[in-house]
Amino acid sequence: MLAALRQLYPRKALLAIGLVYGALVLLVPLLNLALPRASFFHVSDYSVALAGKILCYAIVALAMDLIWGYTGILSLGHGLFFALGGYAMGMYLMREIGTEGVYGSTLPDFMVFLDWKQLPWYWRGSQHFWWACLLVVLAPGLLALAFGFFAFRSRIRGVYFSIITQALTYAFMLLFFRNNLGFGGNNGFTDFKRILGIPIADSRTKVALYVLSATTLLLSLLLCRFLVLSKLGRVLTAIRDEESRLRFCGYDPVRYKLFVWTVSAVICGIAGALYVPQVGIINPSEMSPSNSIEIAIWVAVGGRGTLIGPVVGAALVNGAKSWLTAAVPELWLYALGLLFILVTRFLPGGVVGALIRGNGRES
Amino acid sequence: MLYGRPAVRVLISLAFASACLAGWGARAADQSFVEKLALGDASAKLEAINDAVAKGDAEAIPILRALLDGKLAVAGGKQVVIEEGGGLIDPITRRPVIPSGDLEKVSINNRVRRTLERALAALGLFAPSAADRLSAARALQGSADEEVRSAIEQALVQEKDRQVKELLSSIQAGLMLTSPDREKRLAAIDVLSHAPSTRNKRLLLQRLGESPEQPGVETDPVVREALERGIANIDASLHLAEVVGWVFSGLSLGSILLLAALGLAITFGLMGVINMAHGELLMIGAYATYLVQTLFRTYLPGAFAWYLAAAAPVAFVAAGLVGLVLERTVVRALYGRPLETLLATWGASLLLIQSVRLIFGAQNVEVANPPWMSGGISAMPGLVIPYNRIAILGFAALVLAVVWVLLNRTRLGLYVRAVMQNRGMASGCGVATPVVDRLAFALGSGIAGLGGCALSQIGNVGPELGQGYIVDSFMVVVLGGVGQLAGTVIAAIGLGQVNKLLEPYAGAVLAKITVLVFVILFIQRRPRGLFAPRGRAAEET
Repeated sequence: MLAALRQLYPRKALLAIGLVYGALVLLVPLLNLALPRASFFHVSDYSVALAGKILCYAIVALAMDLIWGYTGILSLGHGLFFALGGYAMGMYLMREIGTEGVYGSTLPDFMVFLDWKQLPWYWRGSQHFWWACLLVVLAPGLLALAFGFFAFRSRIRGVYFSIITQALTYAFMLLFFRNNLGFGGNNGFTDFKRILGIPIADSRTKVALYVLSATTLLLSLLLCRFLVLSKLGRVLTAIRDEESRLRFCGYDPVRYKLFVWTVSAVICGIAGALYVPQVGIINPSEMSPSNSIEIAIWVAVGGRGTLIGPVVGAALVNGAKSWLTAAVPELWLYALGLLFILVTRFLPGGVVGALIRGNGRES
Repeated sequence: MLYGRPAVRVLISLAFASACLAGWGARAADQSFVEKLALGDASAKLEAINDAVAKGDAEAIPILRALLDGKLAVAGGKQVVIEEGGGLIDPITRRPVIPSGDLEKVSINNRVRRTLERALAALGLFAPSAADRLSAARALQGSADEEVRSAIEQALVQEKDRQVKELLSSIQAGLMLTSPDREKRLAAIDVLSHAPSTRNKRLLLQRLGESPEQPGVETDPVVREALERGIANIDASLHLAEVVGWVFSGLSLGSILLLAALGLAITFGLMGVINMAHGELLMIGAYATYLVQTLFRTYLPGAFAWYLAAAAPVAFVAAGLVGLVLERTVVRALYGRPLETLLATWGASLLLIQSVRLIFGAQNVEVANPPWMSGGISAMPGLVIPYNRIAILGFAALVLAVVWVLLNRTRLGLYVRAVMQNRGMASGCGVATPVVDRLAFALGSGIAGLGGCALSQIGNVGPELGQGYIVDSFMVVVLGGVGQLAGTVIAAIGLGQVNKLLEPYAGAVLAKITVLVFVILFIQRRPRGLFAPRGRAAEET
């Protein structure tokens, strides 16, 4: 086990990652559950949920780095995969409400409101947790596979690919806004009560979800690191830097792109599934093009092609967002806009890239 | 309260009504009419109203209107006045008068109110302006019955305007459908089937009924056959009007898309970068129009109808300047890194949105159409083409023509095309590519400003205006391919048409989704758009 990890990161880096992970999964739950509410060091339930949310964003940033930082494909539609995973989990959570909804029906409230008499066929099986987990992987994965197959086969690249993915998520957003699609329309899913029979609003549930998110982030990081260090990872970098030359060398970039694209989408979906029970809502606005573009700025701020960088970037940007939107809401868009411009112009390697260069360790 | 309690008011007016009728009965007809209305009881009021309708006296309209609006009052118990613009005027001479005592509003009951409403509509048929007569006829359309028939017939005799005449004769025909005279019924069916509208179709269908046995439907087999033919006739005309309407609204949407995407096609074609702030340049154009409109309203209200003539150049310059700054600060610095440019321009768009929000507020601002833009031409029966859509179509064609001339008939255009096709070679031949980039980017941005000026006339103007158009304009550019105006034009018009043709079957949202999916699929077949650059340029970007 340790030997396998040593293949991925040097000893010091492993130690640092382990320490950060340990601090996240031990300290925060301890401060939340063990301390009394009045204590100065008590971490509120809200903060735990916020931290869990940011961890989910960090997972998305990792997935984005895999596809953008290493393979050079800028996706402006990753919010879609995130939301699809969220909706898959949301369906299960809606079924878990049971008859405790406003109308007391076994159907979700919005279906009662639409005067539907039974669940549509695609809701079949959604009462099982295992099915929800399968759907979390399958829905974004299959969509990414199908979309990527056509797009990569036609050699759609660069800004064209970005624009097409943006159109994709935009189209899905419009679709999910429709009430008769059966996903709650405008309001999406909310008012969850339980997960696996446990009350979802309970502090311990929140902490468990938070720990799960942190663990998923760690595992995703190791998986991505494994991928980019493998021979496959080298091909990906080659695709980013000189795709035509790679093709002339006899490689078929389509397969590699398709694989990493799908993996990236699935990771996003899992992040979405973890995100929904923690924030307690999922609606079509998660699919809006601006959300997907924001993912790109997390990656850019942290540093593309570093894996650790995007995780740091997601934490930095979202931390700043939570703080600014509460303190000076009208300044947040300015800050975000300037971040986009300044980072792309003056900090192409992101924060981590600048640190690495500062240490003189060119990689 | 100025007028006292209702019960007291009724008592007083009743008491004075009898006194006054006796006292001033010998005065002029107009004066007695006014007094009947103001001081008479309900039946006297009804009689006066019906009398005015039968005479077709358009001069009674303002007085009846005042009565309906509760503006007719009695001063000092005998002097009838109309409240208007804060003052009081005499109902007949319409000169300002000084009240001779306390004001007492004339009240009416529901029956009088109903009669009054219809009387006003019927009397409107005799109004001096054709537009007033038309709206009066439209108002009568739904409620016409035997009572107003004589007024309609009388109006029809003296009517000169073609549109009003058509409408009146179809109302009259509607009344004649139940005439006992068979020839009259046939004539009525003929009139109705040549004036296709859903209302006339409904009238014919009603008369036809489910079967001849039904009470109140046509029993004569010849007339029944005529009814059926008439309905089929109307259906065919309505269908044609519908199709023409779709094509036109598709064309209209296409022209809007073209205005939104034309600037993007130039900047994208030239530099190969996607300007995510393009939508915000549209928004700036719209806000510039709003500012010019406000200035005209305040300082030049006389020339308000022509404010757009000033707004268009202002919008062009405003958006062009913003584009110039954007090019200098963001686009130029990231040359050769299209994905980074995309992100940085997105950042710029956020800055622009937030700035506009702070300056003008987050709410939509109101941009009024100039008066000549409201209304429309009724091109066919059942189809009205609004003037503002026509104006935008013409404007898009004009902008397109100007851009074409600029690109194909000027030296700057020559340079722009040269840089688009082969930057290195153009530079080698002595073209100052940075200057060309800057000018072309400003030009593209300015055209976006013109687009925003046009958009302000048909939709809401708010800080998020650009966001709504950004995906659409990208689709146009991606579909059309870069480097040629023809591609952009065909893609814009094509997308507009497909969207509008799908709308009746699928609804607006599904139509839009279908179009997006269609574009995504289309790009699979032709990744470089309809008009792809061939040869060496094809493998770049």
